[in-house]
Amino acid sequence: MEATDTIARPCVIELLDAAVSTAHAPETPEIEGINWRVSLDDCWVIGARPGSGKSDLLAVAAGLQRPARGEHRLFGRETAALGEHELAQERLRVGLVFEMGGRLFSHLTVAENVALPLRYHRDWPEEQVQGRVAAVLELTGIAHLAERTPARVVRALQPRVGLARALALNPEVLLLDNPLAGLDPRQARWWLDFLAALAAGHEFFERRRMTLVVASDDLRPWMEQGRQFALVKDHRWLPLGGREAAAACMEPLLRELLAAEFAAE
Amino acid sequence: MQEHRPTWFSKLPETRAILEAPLPRSYLNFVGTWLLGFIDTVRGLMAFGLIALSVAVTKAGVARRVVRPLIRAQVYRAGVRLLPMITFLGVALGLIIIGQTVSLLTRVGAQGYIGTVMVTVVVREIGPLLTALLVLARVGTATVVELGTARALGEVEALEALAIDPVHYLVVPRMIGLAVSVFALTVYLILVSLLSGYLFAFVQDVPLPPGEYFRQLAAALRWEDFALLALKTIGFGLMLAVVTCFQGLARALRIEEVPQATTRAVVHAVVACVLLDALFIVVYLLI
Repeated sequence: MEATDTIARPCVIELLDAAVSTAHAPETPEIEGINWRVSLDDCWVIGARPGSGKSDLLAVAAGLQRPARGEHRLFGRETAALGEHELAQERLRVGLVFEMGGRLFSHLTVAENVALPLRYHRDWPEEQVQGRVAAVLELTGIAHLAERTPARVVRALQPRVGLARALALNPEVLLLDNPLAGLDPRQARWWLDFLAALAAGHEFFERRRMTLVVASDDLRPWMEQGRQFALVKDHRWLPLGGREAAAACMEPLLRELLAAEFAAE
Repeated sequence: MQEHRPTWFSKLPETRAILEAPLPRSYLNFVGTWLLGFIDTVRGLMAFGLIALSVAVTKAGVARRVVRPLIRAQVYRAGVRLLPMITFLGVALGLIIIGQTVSLLTRVGAQGYIGTVMVTVVVREIGPLLTALLVLARVGTATVVELGTARALGEVEALEALAIDPVHYLVVPRMIGLAVSVFALTVYLILVSLLSGYLFAFVQDVPLPPGEYFRQLAAALRWEDFALLALKTIGFGLMLAVVTCFQGLARALRIEEVPQATTRAVVHAVVACVLLDALFIVVYLLI
């Protein structure tokens, strides 16, 4: 039943027979054989060991990087065939939250960080921009940090600024790169609850359900949350299917990523 | 006669043999590597400069509310903030070059050439080049560090993730800002140095009335000088921005590579400005 459900919905991100490589070494692919379709309203969880190319996979999925091989489509349109402007328009519908502090613009305040995409892409009057920024900061619980520079924001809250910046333009798809890395359990709880609310249709986004893709090297918090699962193992793409299938799967890498303690290889 | 020859003379044939021998391969390799590296850099710089120019033209009206303040900030930083330094330099230049030249020319009775000398030395050559080098030292180096760090920390990718063109956001404001600043500062430097130079000469009791001094200057200036001064200084500004932004942005730097990129950018920018200057000398000679 879940499978038919998936087919009925349109694809937002597709990678067909694709390979992903890092910018430093374009010749050697990090992940190969990717056949991946993200449907609207899906919630994907991708598990991989650290350093196995998750970030590059998300960068390719978001249209920042070209795949080393294969085809990439955003909202059904092949990105290689799109002009620069059209590609930018499609990319605006995809939000990307970087790992490790969210790569904030260090010379801008938190509010300016969030306002930058609005000021650049929307021809709104200044009050409307300010209003939107205040609302998004309120939504992510960091309104009190608005006037600080990222360096003066405590480390645990920096990723939230990245999240607020990605949400400012009202994306339809949100890609999150290891969002819980280095967060204490209370912060992690906030993220899980907030992302669950986004996936279920947050009232801030007019109850529109947001498509989520989470890449992580620790799958424990995500088994309850994800609806579709995949792994990156030995440079290969390994789809696991839905939640029941993933829970029943005995793949050693999955067990390793679900283990409470780090098991030496 | 034989014994009068110095002892080193007998060694001469050996030296000649060495000079006539084929050049060791390592020297050729060294020169070749250097030359290939130079060509590679020039090609990269030209490509980057052309991309930046085309972005500046095609996105001229895009996101004005973001880019305008950035341009203003660059003009403030490279232009307004440098005014005191340029004033100091202009006064110094006036005292060193102009004051001395005026008094010297007056002593040999060649007052008639003052205007020509001033225009050639200050307006055409030293003013633009000195200003460009000062802007490079104050702003260009900081630009490489800023952009190199931003690139190393992934902020450039973050811009792309927000569908903001990094060239449009980071490079175009600096190109415009530096072009405007170098032009304006050069004009200011020339005015200050010509004035202070005359004051110095006046203090030294040179029998040259102010009216005569400025009449000679005006006579020596041609309309091409104004156009070429504008072209040259704008060219310097664009060149500085392109070279420094290229070194900061073009490659994915690691944070520890930023200092090297900065020194490289200074060397390249100085060479580029001098080469551009040489190009303009040809133009001056032709007209």
